[in-house]
Amino acid sequence: MGRLLTTLITLLGVAVVVFVVIRVVPGNPIAMMLPPGATEADIARLNALYGFDKSIPQQFFIWLGGVVQGDFGTSITARQPVTGMVLGRLPATLELSVMALVMACVMGGAMALWGTRRRETKTEAAIDVANGMALSVPDFLWGLLLILGFGVLWPVFHISGRVTPSLELPFTTNFYLFESLIRLRFDLWADIVSHMFLPALALAIPLSAIIGQLLKQSLKETMHLDYVTLARTRGYGETHVILREALRNAILPTLTLVGVQFTFLIGGTVIIERLFSYEGLGNMAIEAVTNRDLPLIQGIVILFALIFTGVNLVVDLLYAVLNPRLRHG
Amino acid sequence: MADARMMVRRQAGARLWLSAFWLGLVALAALFAPLIAPHDPLAQDLFLGRMPPFWVAGAEPGYWLGTDSLGRDVLSRLIYGARIALTVALVAGAATCVLGAGLGLMAGYMRGWVDTVISRFIDIWMAFPPVLFSILLIAVMGPGLISIIIAIVIIDWTRFARVIRAEAMGQGAMDYVASARVAGRGRISTMLTEILPNVLPTIVVLLTLEMGIAVIIEAILSFVNLSIPTDDATWGGMISEGRVSIHQAWWVLVFPLIALFLTVLAFSQLGEGLKDRYDPVLR
Amino acid sequence: MNYLELKGLSARIMRQNHPLLRSVSLALAPGEVRGLVGESGAGKSMIGKAVLGILPKAVELTGGEIWLDGQDLQRLSARDRRHRIGQSCALIPQDPLTALNPSRRIAPQITDRLVDILGWERARAVTRAEELLHEVRIEDPARVMRAYPHELSGGMRQRILIASAFAAEPKLIVADEPTTALDVTVQKQILKLIKDMQARHGTAILFVTHDLGVVSKVCNRLSVLYGGMVVEDNDIDSFFAGPRHPYSRALLAATPKYTDPGASLTPVPDSVIAGVRGEIEAFDQRQAHV
Repeated sequence: MGRLLTTLITLLGVAVVVFVVIRVVPGNPIAMMLPPGATEADIARLNALYGFDKSIPQQFFIWLGGVVQGDFGTSITARQPVTGMVLGRLPATLELSVMALVMACVMGGAMALWGTRRRETKTEAAIDVANGMALSVPDFLWGLLLILGFGVLWPVFHISGRVTPSLELPFTTNFYLFESLIRLRFDLWADIVSHMFLPALALAIPLSAIIGQLLKQSLKETMHLDYVTLARTRGYGETHVILREALRNAILPTLTLVGVQFTFLIGGTVIIERLFSYEGLGNMAIEAVTNRDLPLIQGIVILFALIFTGVNLVVDLLYAVLNPRLRHG
Repeated sequence: MADARMMVRRQAGARLWLSAFWLGLVALAALFAPLIAPHDPLAQDLFLGRMPPFWVAGAEPGYWLGTDSLGRDVLSRLIYGARIALTVALVAGAATCVLGAGLGLMAGYMRGWVDTVISRFIDIWMAFPPVLFSILLIAVMGPGLISIIIAIVIIDWTRFARVIRAEAMGQGAMDYVASARVAGRGRISTMLTEILPNVLPTIVVLLTLEMGIAVIIEAILSFVNLSIPTDDATWGGMISEGRVSIHQAWWVLVFPLIALFLTVLAFSQLGEGLKDRYDPVLR
Repeated sequence: MNYLELKGLSARIMRQNHPLLRSVSLALAPGEVRGLVGESGAGKSMIGKAVLGILPKAVELTGGEIWLDGQDLQRLSARDRRHRIGQSCALIPQDPLTALNPSRRIAPQITDRLVDILGWERARAVTRAEELLHEVRIEDPARVMRAYPHELSGGMRQRILIASAFAAEPKLIVADEPTTALDVTVQKQILKLIKDMQARHGTAILFVTHDLGVVSKVCNRLSVLYGGMVVEDNDIDSFFAGPRHPYSRALLAATPKYTDPGASLTPVPDSVIAGVRGEIEAFDQRQAHV
């Protein structure tokens, strides 16, 4: 309960900060959307329509009242409800983030297991160096390198968009990746994956290095424990011991960290989507900022904050489920 | 075992020196840009657009790394771009460090309501997507070097505050601090003379890492065309242009990308190296 | 025929000239219980670990042979050796609190080996595990099988580990100070339990301990170690009637009598330590000249 309350306070704080920051904008967003011959009355009417004629605290509470009912206002440039626009883009970003997370876990997990299997050898040293590199370079640069490598030098993946535009899409939701699987349209699925692969990989590389490093460290610590030694005397080989005895106990500390890092990954989608012209929330956010579309910006930032705090809550729950000591104690 | 440890230490040393060497090179390029750069970084020559680098057939002599679509010399732009990258790294890094570490020290040492307020702010900041936040700030403040630096400070102070707060808290609980207080020293003076020196190694490491992050943020902002008025040479701006003409002129993207990659890597390896060497806490 | 035989086993810390075992030889007949006695650092646990193939990575064997059931273990491939040990040997570890995997239930921790290594049916392994838990006097085996380790007391966990060790009907058990980490009252019960189980199953045990009192209760023979060297190899009756080596004699004098626990302890005199150190030096010099 206390946890939920702090989460709410944090979200409210985010709303206030965004609201204040945006209201400091010197330029008047209304002025930009008016035709040259607009009269004073036109401006006043539009200002009233978007609520800009009220004081900032008033505007905030009007806006907050709408948000509580799921109404984020109306986009200035698109003249559509923000809620619908944002929810329409959300699936693309979610699919990208989850795909990146899965890739990071697979790559990082493999690195950790392999490094533990070959610990204190040259292989482990090489893995450490690779991890260090992957960690030092942020997703933005990995994205550019991947564009260069797999988009230009060896063009096997798409480097922009979410799906080939000429394709006929039979989807009813915007979860393209998921829905193409459900409908057994593997041709579309392959096209979507080929678009998603590089941006997801760019997001996944730094996280995979973090997972790899931390998981390997806790695996190695676990490998010295008595129950692992005992399993060895029972005739089990190294690989079996790592997978069945050590892994489950070593994963817990990694999991907490992956939660925090996953929110960073989601934050990274903003620039990565821009880089790969991927039509998700992040790309929309940058357009909204360049167009000074205040209601849209507010909606997107709040949605991101919601996702961030939501992820943290889920991680706490997962931790409790996976740790038998918490579950039964 | 002993051999392996020696090997690791030697590797760490090499890492440190290589990083310092590259950063030194970038610093020299930035300092003496007008002397080194073969051309004016802003001079356009539409007859010399998209010339390839010197080893590719059809290269124009004197334009070592080729030209972009407006015929500007890539090498000269790269050298001038180092100026902006380093300025942002140093100024934004230092300012972030002072604000973040200062708030972290206060929160960790004074505890009470100061800590509550600062921690609450850190929580709120952690719920923002940083890239989006920085873009938003730049949009509000308008493009320019000062805006970038302010934006970086506003976004990233929590990075210092979080770590330093935890460390100051640990240090504050130790006996030597209590004895300094018993000896009649004031709180601020105790904080600055007893706690600060002990968290200094951590601050130095974080500062080095922050400089690399600042360089990246600047590049990202240039990339989305929000950083510096478009003509000025920035690595991010060059990358942005290179991304568009990637199929026609790969070199416009590749060289600034390499420069950015190495610089970011060098800052972070320098930080990691310093951490291994001097800081028992972060290790 | 001996079930286990060590011939001149030597070990040291990897690439350092610091011997941990100095040409240790000993034999264990089927069903025999041999105590390995010495101060901490004397190398007694190292012997058990060498037999089971679980020496720390930093320790290497530099010489000698380990014969198990007529077979030289070092001649087997790592995989075969592991299998062979898994089939015929078991370990009762020192600390029951850390020897059970905290994130797995008790049942698979006992039955895994029976199924994977010995190739039993899962159902038979479960029945067998429950029988064994019953045998170590655990009240409600079915409930305990479903429990996680943290739900059970230390004494209970040690019983489980003993049951688990005997479950595969091993020919040899290494008991590595199995009572040291337990409360004094629980210690006696566990000791008695191990002794009963040993008598019933006829298992040979290598019993590592620093406590001569424990040895007198459980073992048939003992080896006294100092500095990784066996200074005395004797059967229990003649040892307690009169140890042959001065160091053993001093060690025995330093052990409190169960009949008179309040009596003051006589520490091992320096002169005796000097004597045994001299023997070690002489041994090392002989080795250096070989």
